[in-house]
Amino acid sequence: MRILVVEDDKDVAGFVVKGLREAGHTIEHADNGRDGLFLAASENFDAIILDRMLPGGIDGLRLLETLRAQDNTTPVVFLSALGQVDDRVKGLKAGGDDYLTKPFAFAELLARVEALTRRGKSDGPTTKLAVGDLEMDLLSRSVRRGPQKIDLQPREFRLLEYLMRHAGQVVTRTMLLEGVWDYHFDPQTNVIDVHVSRLRQKIDKPFDLPLLHTVRNAGYMLRSEEV
Amino acid sequence: MDINVQPKHGLVTRHPSAAKPRPVPRPRAKPLIRSAGIRFALAYAAVFGVSAFALAFSLWYSTVGLLQRQVETAVRNDSVAISQDYLAGGMPALIAAIHNRLADPVDVERIYLLEDPTGNVIIGNLDHWPRGINQIDSWYQLPVSRGGVASVALLRELALPNGDQLLVGRDVRARAELRNVLRDGLLWALGLMCALGVLGALLIRSLFRRMMHNIAATTRAIARGDLTRRIAKTGDGDEFDELAGIINDMLDRISRLMDGVRQVSNAIAHDLRTPITRARTRLEDASLHAESAEDLQSAVERAMLDLDGIVAVFEALLRIAEIEAGSRRAAFAAIDLAPMLHDIDELYRAVAEERGLFLETSIAGSLPIMGDRELVQQAVANLLDNALKFSAHGTSISFIARAEDHVTEITIADRGPGISAADRNRATERFFRAESARSTAGSGLGLALVAAVAQLHNGTLTLTDNQPGLRATISLPGRVKEGK
Repeated sequence: MRILVVEDDKDVAGFVVKGLREAGHTIEHADNGRDGLFLAASENFDAIILDRMLPGGIDGLRLLETLRAQDNTTPVVFLSALGQVDDRVKGLKAGGDDYLTKPFAFAELLARVEALTRRGKSDGPTTKLAVGDLEMDLLSRSVRRGPQKIDLQPREFRLLEYLMRHAGQVVTRTMLLEGVWDYHFDPQTNVIDVHVSRLRQKIDKPFDLPLLHTVRNAGYMLRSEEV
Repeated sequence: MDINVQPKHGLVTRHPSAAKPRPVPRPRAKPLIRSAGIRFALAYAAVFGVSAFALAFSLWYSTVGLLQRQVETAVRNDSVAISQDYLAGGMPALIAAIHNRLADPVDVERIYLLEDPTGNVIIGNLDHWPRGINQIDSWYQLPVSRGGVASVALLRELALPNGDQLLVGRDVRARAELRNVLRDGLLWALGLMCALGVLGALLIRSLFRRMMHNIAATTRAIARGDLTRRIAKTGDGDEFDELAGIINDMLDRISRLMDGVRQVSNAIAHDLRTPITRARTRLEDASLHAESAEDLQSAVERAMLDLDGIVAVFEALLRIAEIEAGSRRAAFAAIDLAPMLHDIDELYRAVAEERGLFLETSIAGSLPIMGDRELVQQAVANLLDNALKFSAHGTSISFIARAEDHVTEITIADRGPGISAADRNRATERFFRAESARSTAGSGLGLALVAAVAQLHNGTLTLTDNQPGLRATISLPGRVKEGK
């Protein structure tokens, strides 16, 4: 994927660029708002990682507003030290697709960027999701693996749906909290781990091939071995 | 580690000598018009005076007008009667009629004068024809002479067909005097009113000053840095008492916030240095003594965890500060807590079961409040986090939410070690950790956040003994449902 990183801090930018390249992406980097806007408007990217406070007269919010005013719908992840609820709301209102507060874990950033680009591609409503022999019917709200029907609680269904929609990608605990429970803070208790392990009991335990994997220091990933 | 950091741009309250206090301008003797008391009093006196004057003037005007009209009517009736006598009987009848009228001892104010065209008086009670009458059938108020006595009369001239001139009128001297008495009385009253207005102004000003003095002295002392001062209430329950109450509440809040700032800066100095030191030590130790790449790797990872912990503490602190600043009240909306609480219950139930705990939940069907859903969610989650953390295997946690008398109460009670009565008051301070909690993970910010959220919603967080365990109750003012 082609990703634009607009970030003025040399260390942070270097780290992000290096990490994304290692993950197999093509990166352009701008260290001020003016260059960032020029690149974003003149070239095609799959995602933009955008700092809010930038030198060069154009800050992240204005950059994004200008971009959206030109009907450019490239997914944008804000990466900002401004972490108050208001800042977050402002970022999302300006057209941001996700908002990550500094300091951040690279795994979290990578997971969120990849989740966004995937979201951008799937147009139109899906009625069926499948990962390996695990199938989910969104209309009848039923799940089966191979020939066997799996009974899930409503919340387990939503959790699995989220994981299936992001199959093959790392999904962090925070993303699950936000996406499945609409929580915007980290509880001290390992609530997500418990729910994921319960889901795992239902979809993986009776079968030979595990689908739901734990990714160390990052989160979870749903994938069939052959993908 | 014993750290005692004095804030650089310190709080003047504690160290009045450290920073030179800004000179507070003393109120000088002001021009009278700059006194609010005088202005109020003058405005009041002006309004009072104008309305009193308007009332008196209209009274005067209508009284005088009425008297005038009465006289005019009497004269007109007289004229008509006399004219009819003349038409019926000619000059002799006219003279007889005037004669009769003049002889009437009851109404001595009647005036008649009949002259022939050459100016000779035929009959009448005026000494001579008054000067100034030049139109027939018009009203004249003129000085006249009756039997040598000067007076004032309202007169009307009638022309008779034979060329004689008849003057009919009324002596109005008494009435004119009455009018003058009335006018003088009103003028005196007006003067008195002005004097009273000025007196009232001075009185109101001194009252104002006395009441303001109390508030001014206190606020001036506070401006100089003595935040312990409060405005004394008179106990009358009047507007000034109310104002004093409001200002005192504001001062309480300011001093709480300042205490908070002080406490936080001390706490940051102490509680954040500890994990930062730990992380630094680990990294330094690894760089000096690590014998293998794995050692280094694990030291780095542990240091990262330490840093994440520090970041979490920072975020919690900032969030509490954000909540306490009150700015999120702008985002308050009418919400029902019940569905959100059911979600939390479902989220935590799995964890409780995993740990062999019984979560006994009872949530009312509808819990309407005005507030911030996300903040209440986080507050309740914090309380459940605590309850789970301190509960022993096999015990139960109760999670009750109900609405009573427009108060929504969310209670979370556990059977853990609880908080001793001595510590309970301090439990909501930032970074406070009870002795029994020191060995467990945590930052000591959880309850501080819950208390801040409750306060933001004009509610309270109450911690009581669950015998054994802790019972934490968030009470929030409920929203009265529409249509109820």
